[in-house]
Amino acid sequence: MSSLDDLYREVILDHARSPRRVGLREPFQSEVYQVNPTCGDEVTLRVRLDGEGTDALLTDVSYQPQGCSISMASASVMAERVTGRSVAQALAAYDSFHTLVTNRNASPPAAVDDEDDSAAFAGVAKFPARVKCALLGWTALREALVRSTAL
Amino acid sequence: MTMAAAVRVAPGTALRDDFAILERLIDGHRLVYLDSGATSQRPRQVLDAERAFVEQHNAAVHRGAHTLAGEATDAYEAARARIAAFVGVDAEEIVFTKNATEGLNLIASAFVNATAGVTGGVDGAERFALQSGDEIVVTELEHHANLVPWQQVCAHTGATLRWYSVTDDGRLDLDSLQLSERTRVVAFTAQSNVLGTRPPAAEIVRRAREVGAVTVLDACQAVPHEPMDLHALDVDVAVFSGHKMLGPTGIGVMYGRRELLAAMPPFLTGGSMIETVRMETSTFAAPPQRFEAGVPMASQAVGLGAACDYLSTIGMSAIAEHERVLTQATLDALADVPGLRLLGPMSTEDRGGSVAFVLEGIHAHDVGQVLDAAGVAVRVGHHCAWPLHRRLGVAASIRASFGVHNDLDDVEALVAGVAQARRYFG
Repeated sequence: MSSLDDLYREVILDHARSPRRVGLREPFQSEVYQVNPTCGDEVTLRVRLDGEGTDALLTDVSYQPQGCSISMASASVMAERVTGRSVAQALAAYDSFHTLVTNRNASPPAAVDDEDDSAAFAGVAKFPARVKCALLGWTALREALVRSTAL
Repeated sequence: MTMAAAVRVAPGTALRDDFAILERLIDGHRLVYLDSGATSQRPRQVLDAERAFVEQHNAAVHRGAHTLAGEATDAYEAARARIAAFVGVDAEEIVFTKNATEGLNLIASAFVNATAGVTGGVDGAERFALQSGDEIVVTELEHHANLVPWQQVCAHTGATLRWYSVTDDGRLDLDSLQLSERTRVVAFTAQSNVLGTRPPAAEIVRRAREVGAVTVLDACQAVPHEPMDLHALDVDVAVFSGHKMLGPTGIGVMYGRRELLAAMPPFLTGGSMIETVRMETSTFAAPPQRFEAGVPMASQAVGLGAACDYLSTIGMSAIAEHERVLTQATLDALADVPGLRLLGPMSTEDRGGSVAFVLEGIHAHDVGQVLDAAGVAVRVGHHCAWPLHRRLGVAASIRASFGVHNDLDDVEALVAGVAQARRYFG
């Protein structure tokens, strides 16, 4: 089961079982719906921003997911990772997470803080069929930021 | 080899040697291939036939006068006749397409083109013209390939889409809809690619005949698994794909009743499908060439013919019975698993070898991942039947589907893998 354990790290299973910051909350600047058309997994995500442009602060990311443990956990990790950060920092986090799960040779990025569980997703790159699962919530976040800040 | 040939070898374990891919190890485990519903594996007999054609006879079919061109054309047309015989129709009624999806788009386009008055000068094409208020009937069981093209026809023509609904146990509810004189098309599956349900095709055809509707059968999941006689079934159009019946990808088949094909306007246009071409306008060839634009897939046709031979040698009745036994064993074993919900009919009556299920609290993708780690290949997701999954109240399911090479060991591996998934995520 070693390859399975590479994918399903304990921290991922933990996030999947009890997703952080889950649920849809008011107020919000924009709401997006993302779906993975191959499996029907979906997420609705809202962002609340304080300020303008890429300096704006993400004061809340709320989301309602329906999907596999990888997509649930990655949305949960994402919400923890970007809440309280600037839009620019959130977009940079998206880029770094995207690289992590799509590049088989990438070394895991250093965690930005104790709360950052992104690195647990490094194993996803070895499972190409699961990359879309891991990116579902992040893609929704990016779309919401693009919409609300007119990037 | 002929269809009447005696059974050479029983389906199951003894056929494994014909499938080189089954020797592969997945993460150190024996490959247990339970995804024939998505695509089947090819026996060496099919690969040998393709290779022999390419190495000895390859040329552009229906073009040129050299020796190879003649041989390639003969091989291509012989394959057409072989495939026609396999499903009980005439060679001239068989059109080769890229896949079954293209076949469904071909018949759908006949309605769109005729409604727009683009008949290509084909006599009788007006029979395909639709009017606002006309109805196209499908079923809630359908694969997207037999649903989305009809939605598009409705968008183009103003026709209305209606559908037979599905009961809680995955059967078609024939009381859920009454056909009428406004019903112009009844398009339905011969076997659900998710639940294995075999709707009562003869009864649906009878009802459609009564109101003069064209019947379109998606036979992708039936032709590889049970005896099929399309003339006896009296259906107007049927499609199936090569790669689901031990044949190559890149080739599908559309059967059309002779007089219906003759009246169908062209679909894809260009070389091969014309009669005369002038700078201003063109006229079109008789079927089936009218529907085969461009240089066709010759080695794939030869491979598909060889697949028909391979299946016939085992015998379609023997294959159907073999898969029924595997399906029964799977239903029995999975019914005992706590928290497991089987989707679709619980008996093997009017049901083929596709078993879909969900596990409480564990997403289908995650179950599939654990199965894969044990070498068991299944399909997870909505299997291109999203409305059906919505109807059954699930977002995604796990589907095991059988082929001629599967045996009870494969069923056992599936059941063990499911137990492992429950432990892993429990």
